[in-house]
Amino acid sequence: MDHTSNLERIIRGGLIALVLIFFLFPIFWIVLMSFQTNETILRIPPSIFFEPTLSNYSALITGKLKTTAGNLDLAFMKNLWNSVLLSTLSVALSLILGVPAAYAFARFRFRLGEDIAFTLLSFRFAPPLLVLLPLSLYFKQLGLTNTYIGLIWVYQLICLPLILWIVRGYFEDISPDIEHAYRIAGNSWWQTFRKIAVPLAMPGIAAAGLLAFIFAWNNFVFALILASADKQPVTVGALAFVTASGIQYGQIAAAIVLSIAPTLALALYAQRYLVEGLSLGAVKG
Amino acid sequence: MTAAAEHMPRPKTSSRFLRRSLPYLLSLPALIVCIGILIPFFTAVYYSLLRFRLNLPALKGFIWFDNYLNFLTDAAFWNTVKISLVYAGLTVGVELLLGLGIALLLQKPTRFNNLASILLLLPLMTAPALAALMWKLMTNPNFGILSYLVSLLGFTNFKWASDPSTALLTVTLVDVWVYTPFIMILLLAGLRSLPKAPFEAAALDGVPRSFVFFRITLPMLLPYIITASLFRLLDSIQQFDIVYSMTQGGPGDTLMVFQVQSYLEFFQYTNVGRSAALLIVLWAITYFLSNIFIKQWLKLRERAHGVA
Repeated sequence: MDHTSNLERIIRGGLIALVLIFFLFPIFWIVLMSFQTNETILRIPPSIFFEPTLSNYSALITGKLKTTAGNLDLAFMKNLWNSVLLSTLSVALSLILGVPAAYAFARFRFRLGEDIAFTLLSFRFAPPLLVLLPLSLYFKQLGLTNTYIGLIWVYQLICLPLILWIVRGYFEDISPDIEHAYRIAGNSWWQTFRKIAVPLAMPGIAAAGLLAFIFAWNNFVFALILASADKQPVTVGALAFVTASGIQYGQIAAAIVLSIAPTLALALYAQRYLVEGLSLGAVKG
Repeated sequence: MTAAAEHMPRPKTSSRFLRRSLPYLLSLPALIVCIGILIPFFTAVYYSLLRFRLNLPALKGFIWFDNYLNFLTDAAFWNTVKISLVYAGLTVGVELLLGLGIALLLQKPTRFNNLASILLLLPLMTAPALAALMWKLMTNPNFGILSYLVSLLGFTNFKWASDPSTALLTVTLVDVWVYTPFIMILLLAGLRSLPKAPFEAAALDGVPRSFVFFRITLPMLLPYIITASLFRLLDSIQQFDIVYSMTQGGPGDTLMVFQVQSYLEFFQYTNVGRSAALLIVLWAITYFLSNIFIKQWLKLRERAHGVA
């Protein structure tokens, strides 16, 4: 049944190669830069042949950078730690809040149910600054500015709608019959939820959690407005780092590599869930 | 379900009241956490009706819709509207064409095509703010690889994001790099879920392939195309990360999209009232778009679940 000619196959292959080059080259190039000294980075013409050095990474990890102008302190590892902390705790809280709510929306038809669900979903689409700018004034009054708790709370705006809508879809796909049978056997509602519903929806919960983690990690504007240097995640920290270190291009590249590596690794690991998660379950992957 | 063995028969404790209130008890914690975030929304509406400058607290006062009325004659406001619409239209337009093209290229589920589509997810998983920094390094006038490559083509003084005439092109390039894969994977999922029968019939009848594409593939893919584009439009008209990391809205006011403008209005000019009014205008646009989107998306979701 295959009518494709050789010529067409070659054209297709060539086009796919071009597409891959456009989308992968920037990552490849920044990784190369991160193993170079400023000297080789500034060479013209640029070349992919150079003696690789780990000095950029060791400067970032030790936090000390020796320059001709003296020693420079780098707080980048702190930013990396903040990212880990903020993303992990935000997702954990979102799962605790979101999974029961998703179950309620999937299993019960109740008054206001759809309204609540849509209110939560609509947060996904509102301009973040609309909420963040007034919130920054409130946070000052409440003493929540530049605290992990304040940030984790606001990060629920990213994580919660995602988890709610993906997990809800998974619960809806599971037949309630098994749960009914388990309840008739004399188990409480809570046991049924914990021992039947949640384990069956586990793939969905894991996928939603991973995606929420990636989105929390990649967020920029929340922390830009609500956190100062010592609480900032890598997205904001890297921008500040560019301004501070100026011409230390090798370190900038290394900082970017360290910042994007966790989400890229997770994405590759969880790729089969991404389609469904990204479309909020609109298309089955 | 291994747990079923260890179950202990226990009397049903749930009263009628508990059964009724259970769904609310389950969903309320999530709602309460978000309520705290609903309040700032109403605050923003209120601020937008105030003369409110952080540096001049004495002047604070209620002025009804003056902030909005001032927009009508404000060139900066119309510039923001124009730039935001152009940015959204341009990025989504390019991403749609490119995403559709790539999805068609990778349509056959061969091992190589699947690997390629997974690799193409990587830009999408890069934080947009960091992606902007990566492209900033690549377009640096001193050592950027892209600056070098265009200089080989004869553009020796190509300034990318720092030149008003090419700034939009540069941020569009970054946006396209990050978000094309999003449209691509949605359309790829759509393409692969289409029923086979019409295509087989067309192949048997020897129908020309352009006819098949425009009369069968495209109409059947349309719901996916609309969903993906609306989703992206909603995001793109609110774009902040890429523009802010790349140029902070500059050079001049070339890239003053809604959220960047209102951010600067708030923090640089401390004009809270005007900043809030700007965001309400943006919110009105996104609200309109998101209502269309949610309807479209529910339709698609029902269909996907119906088939599954």
